[in-house]
Amino acid sequence: MASQPARRRRLEVEDIGDIAVVQFVDKKILDEQNIQMIGDDLFRLVDELGRRKVLLNFANVEFMSSAALGKLITLHRKLQAVQGKLILCKIAKEILDVFKITKLDKILEIKPDEQSGLQSF
Amino acid sequence: MTPSPDPVTADVTIPSDLGEAHALQARIEDALQAFGYGDRDVFAIRLALEEALVNAIKHGNQLDPDKRVHVRYTVAPDRFDVRIADEGPGFDPAAVPDPTEDDFIERPCGRGLLLIRGFMSSVEYHGCGNVVTMSKLRNGHPAGG
Repeated sequence: MASQPARRRRLEVEDIGDIAVVQFVDKKILDEQNIQMIGDDLFRLVDELGRRKVLLNFANVEFMSSAALGKLITLHRKLQAVQGKLILCKIAKEILDVFKITKLDKILEIKPDEQSGLQSF
Repeated sequence: MTPSPDPVTADVTIPSDLGEAHALQARIEDALQAFGYGDRDVFAIRLALEEALVNAIKHGNQLDPDKRVHVRYTVAPDRFDVRIADEGPGFDPAAVPDPTEDDFIERPCGRGLLLIRGFMSSVEYHGCGNVVTMSKLRNGHPAGG
């Protein structure tokens, strides 16, 4: 049987002014199907809902592998293409190492907390 | 003084199934915690296992249900060692483009090997590239900085 993962909510989106503040529901961002759906939901914010300022809050995230990084880069590119902006915040120390080792901390803007993220748009 | 616990070694063979890989990662994580490894070392080992097992299952065995992944690991008080072998054709790690280079940095894939090298103390590929051994010294710093 081809099992289709349930279409459950993976992101919480709150609008603060014209900024979409996105929290991840899952503590672990793993598993290709899951990441695919998270990616689809993130891209929909830009492509269909027309958001131009996106703040991703990683406060809930305890574990993330390289499979998720591609989606973040694609989101960053999509926003750049429409003169928008992506900012990441509240990334746990260990996960921050993932960004540093891959040097993605040089192309993605990362802030320590939500407040400084909001002020950086 | 409490004597150090004896190292624990296990040989495990799993099918080409990511759910089985996650169950094995959870077992290894429990063993590391039983030895008192800190959060940072546990995260590093877990991430390297995730990347290496996904590579073995997806890229090595191509998710073939008839192929297996063979894992041998040892948790010791001062270090963790693991050998992961898949039944695929192997690959040349030197031929994988460096995803930190400007031309490749925006590519959506290819960062698993880099993360394994960054988080573990040593990493070696053997034979045709379908066997990887990696070690992490406890409280060790990532090789890449």
